[in-house]
Amino acid sequence: MKFVCFHLMPYRPLDMAARKQHRSAWVVLPNSLYDPVKGAEEYESYLDQLTYAETLGFDAVGVNEHHQTAYGMMPAPNLIASALIQRTKKVKVAILGRALPLTSNPIWIAEEFAMLDNLSKGRIIAGFVRGIGTEYHATGLNPSFSLERFQEAHDLIVGAWTRPGPFEFEGEHFNFRYVNLWPRPYQTPHPPIWIPSMGSSETIRWAASSERKYPFLVTFSAHELVARYLNLYRDAAKQFGYEASGDQLGWAAPIYVADTDERARVEAKAGIESLFNDYLANPWEMLLPPGYTSLSSMKNTMRVRKALGSRAGKLTIDDLAESGTVVVGSPRTVREKIERMRDLTGFNILVSLLQFGVLSNELTRRNMEMFASEVMPHLKA
Amino acid sequence: MTAMAPREQQHQVGEISVRMLRAGEGEPLLFLHGAGGWPGWIPFFDKLAAHHEVLVPEHPGFGTLEKAAAIRDIADMAMYYLDFLDGLGAERVHLVGNSLGGWIAAEVAVRNCARLQSLCLISPAGVRVKGVPIGDNFIWSPEEAARNLFHDQAFADRMLAITPTDEEADRLLTNRFMAARLGWQPRWFDPALERWLHRITVPTLVLWGENDKFLPSAYAEPWRERVPDVRVETIVACGHLPHVEKADVTAEKILAFLDGRRA
Repeated sequence: MKFVCFHLMPYRPLDMAARKQHRSAWVVLPNSLYDPVKGAEEYESYLDQLTYAETLGFDAVGVNEHHQTAYGMMPAPNLIASALIQRTKKVKVAILGRALPLTSNPIWIAEEFAMLDNLSKGRIIAGFVRGIGTEYHATGLNPSFSLERFQEAHDLIVGAWTRPGPFEFEGEHFNFRYVNLWPRPYQTPHPPIWIPSMGSSETIRWAASSERKYPFLVTFSAHELVARYLNLYRDAAKQFGYEASGDQLGWAAPIYVADTDERARVEAKAGIESLFNDYLANPWEMLLPPGYTSLSSMKNTMRVRKALGSRAGKLTIDDLAESGTVVVGSPRTVREKIERMRDLTGFNILVSLLQFGVLSNELTRRNMEMFASEVMPHLKA
Repeated sequence: MTAMAPREQQHQVGEISVRMLRAGEGEPLLFLHGAGGWPGWIPFFDKLAAHHEVLVPEHPGFGTLEKAAAIRDIADMAMYYLDFLDGLGAERVHLVGNSLGGWIAAEVAVRNCARLQSLCLISPAGVRVKGVPIGDNFIWSPEEAARNLFHDQAFADRMLAITPTDEEADRLLTNRFMAARLGWQPRWFDPALERWLHRITVPTLVLWGENDKFLPSAYAEPWRERVPDVRVETIVACGHLPHVEKADVTAEKILAFLDGRRA
């Protein structure tokens, strides 16, 4: 199994009483609640944690993109990736991912990834995402065209990485007379492309198709949904005429390990519950703007699946552990839960979120160390 | 006045077939609905149908997205309605629209007034007034939306007391999808429209609820300034949907305007 030490870089000094006066920690939360002196310390701590992940033997460190939110302080994840490249030697640097539809010029994304790939001599993993629904409120981009723009931007970026330039790109949303990337990516034919997703069936089929075979990561979902989506990918691969390998299947989850189940639960509680209830929780109007999903899957979602973090009442660590959305416990418990998912799906990429919500630097470090020493070695083989 | 039963028919324009209600006799009056969706037959239409043949179509993409793929923005919708008017069999119509429907009506009018006899815009979207923020209907909860659309909260209470069936909920969701396609960005306006308002060559009435919390009544100003033959009237103690909240007053103002034009 391959291990990614993933970070969201939440703004922990958030005044939670003030936060609760707003409908979300995204887009509408006044940025007067951000203190740059404290924020600068947060960046420093988080970069230290990700740098330490290399020492601990993780295969990759991971960052991602979110806008106008205390949930994550990385509107430009490539800047963090660039800092990480300078502080590390061997570990892969995964940007999970850039939100392709949000930019007016996807060539910039192709250029930045190519630069990072050169700067790191081929250590970049390029995640492509649509961006969660709130990003469409933050950027003003029309969610109706999100999927079209994602697919078109993808074609443009991969074209820019692989086709001899200059060439002309003619699309519906993007049109460029000259596409001619300097620098070209370091890796051949291009950095690996991973697709983190909350599991839309359209995305799963698209990622699994035989001309792409992109690793697909299910993020922050209940155990049974993770298993279902990963197996949907397997089924889609079969329909495309091949067997998906474990290296195409990833699971992203908050994980906390301590000596005992009880101690893990107590130490992780504030961090986990703040992640889901204070940082991530969004009303459905913000999380699922109209057009962001297909109409049929939206109808389905509205009827069947309670949108993540938007249900009435607070989620407790016990609810979240019970549903398998988070993995918390002794090394043995955590190993068993991961092994169970592997038995169900054959997945081989674990994207572990070892700092979450308000979890302190000290507990994060202990969590990382125990995960690396007591869990990873048993599953690496 | 006696209420008359409208006839429902399918109206076909090219590939697109939509529902349309019609009732009454007289010069045809075409009503274009807002982003909330096709209203069905409401008391406001009875008032108008006493003097006019009233036509109430559902916009393509509302109720169902099927066959509406070609309507990607407000310009497409305007061109659709130009086709619609050409195929209606009437020489000219009085065109009335609320909110999104008012915006569509104005986009039609700046392109070509040949099929129009008059234009009546009820709290129309389409033009932005800098420095006066509009409500964010895409972030509002259903409760906020109901509260913000009406001045008289009894209307909101009635709206909130209704639990839609699954089928109705699906239609509302579809309307929301189509509304976003047309109005998300730039939010509820077309930067080009204001530049061409002088091309509206038919008599125009602009009505605005004085307590509109979605599009503030200050948004009447650019219409007053730039439409050549325009009368602007405010409807007191009224929100964004005057034809619902103040159906009688709104209908009377429209009929008086149309009457005055005939005289």
